[in-house]
Amino acid sequence: MSIRLTIVSQVERVAREQKKTIAPLADNLPLLESGLDSLCFAILVARLEDEIGVDPFTVAPETGLPTTFGEFVKFYENAIAA
Amino acid sequence: MKMRSPPEPACLIDLSRRSGRIDRDIATAELSFRFAEFPAATSLTGGRERLAGRSVLLAVSDQLRTAAALIELDGLARRLVLCPPGLDAKVLHEIAAIAEVDAVVHEADTPPPIAIESALSAPCQLPLQPATQASTARTVTEWVLLTSGTTGSPKLVSHNLATLTGAFSTAGSDDVQNWATFYDIRRYGGLQILLRAIAGAGSLTLTNADEPLEDFFVRAAARGVTHISGTPSHWRLFLMSGTAHRFSPKYVRLSGEIADASIIDGLKEFFPGARVAHAYASTEAGVGFEVGDGEPGFPASFLGERPGGVAMKIVDGSLRIRSPRTASVYVGRDMPSLRDEDGFIDTGDMIEQQGDRCYFVGRRGGVINVGGAKVHPEEVEAVINRQTGVRMSLVKARRNPIAGALVVADVVLEDDAPAEETVRNAILGACRSELAPYKLPAIIRFVRELAMTAAGKLARNG
Repeated sequence: MSIRLTIVSQVERVAREQKKTIAPLADNLPLLESGLDSLCFAILVARLEDEIGVDPFTVAPETGLPTTFGEFVKFYENAIAA
Repeated sequence: MKMRSPPEPACLIDLSRRSGRIDRDIATAELSFRFAEFPAATSLTGGRERLAGRSVLLAVSDQLRTAAALIELDGLARRLVLCPPGLDAKVLHEIAAIAEVDAVVHEADTPPPIAIESALSAPCQLPLQPATQASTARTVTEWVLLTSGTTGSPKLVSHNLATLTGAFSTAGSDDVQNWATFYDIRRYGGLQILLRAIAGAGSLTLTNADEPLEDFFVRAAARGVTHISGTPSHWRLFLMSGTAHRFSPKYVRLSGEIADASIIDGLKEFFPGARVAHAYASTEAGVGFEVGDGEPGFPASFLGERPGGVAMKIVDGSLRIRSPRTASVYVGRDMPSLRDEDGFIDTGDMIEQQGDRCYFVGRRGGVINVGGAKVHPEEVEAVINRQTGVRMSLVKARRNPIAGALVVADVVLEDDAPAEETVRNAILGACRSELAPYKLPAIIRFVRELAMTAAGKLARNG
């Protein structure tokens, strides 16, 4: 499964578990308007670390933290490529 | 004019004789001795009198020799230091230095586990040998127990026979209670059972190291055990073991950890004829109270002044106890005071009051901080453990770059549990309806077993 698909499926799962309604996951969707709160993101990051083996948030990012869904996906893709 | 000497303090050997029954014994799988054999017999091959007035480290590897030495030396030694099994030489040296040990009781066929210069070496062996009886002046022996904390060096806690036996009658009774325990008698919980057995009218059955549960229960049943005690983790293991042996104790006791509804109900179901009770005790605070109504937590009416000089209160969320059963001091220099100026000990056990019931929610410091909100692992475990198919669980923190920490759970399933996904959904559903969202386990792992500490509690470090 691609990184993007993995992230999408985990976002949907966390939202379901936390009873959140999420916006369509377009690349330009600001993360803060995605419908996930900070706890959801915390859970998402932990799940993704288990699933794809990296936690890009624990290494100091060179390009700044992601603010849109597209950047979030890229953030993980870059971490894996690094 | 001749002065009347004050009455001699009662010591353990006196308690062992009050019931007048001579057939009472204490047994592991292969060894036993009768309480009535003392003082005409001894386990201390070099003679017990030479230990009079000394600070004695009890460093034999097994429970039975330890029990024999305790009975023989209470009232004789100045201080008895009880070593739980598994301490390494470095820790033993630290303990010996703090307790000013000048005699070491060790197994007769091996050298002492640590060599202390100028300390007397006192070999101990079973079966008991005939002893010459010399009369020696009685003293009030200080009993030193080690705290069972999971981190750092243990603290040395000072008790005596009176503080240790304060929770039960030592007047001698006809009610034959045959005790068994999963605990090691070298820790507070097990020592309570040893002392109850000695002061009572029955016998005591102890576990051997690494003895299969099934074997222990077969022995307990054969020896007519009526009263049995262990931690909730011990009892969960027991319920997991599938032990089908017919064994019907009258009384089943839990202590040492929080007893939640699932384990209490599980035991009531397994032992329909037994009274299932949970007790609150700690090495420092002694036995606080027993709850016999079959429900978790304790009635709020327990707070305040209670009969027998016991008082309890909740300050800053933690349970404080003042009682004649609390330890007096920590042994050693520069140790923090055990009691506050009003004589209360802060147990560090956090309480949440709901209506007229108080519930234990965990240890102070054991809380998980999720983005500034506090989660007690035990409150989440209680919800998880209630779900069908769940045998036990361990909730812990996982570091997280966004929230600081998250709640994660390791879950052990019963053999006949529903599919993992079904249980996972049930756990999440129950947590969602009963707990705040940040308390939900972010990750649930199904594991085959959970580690326990040497004291029989769920290992929470790490």
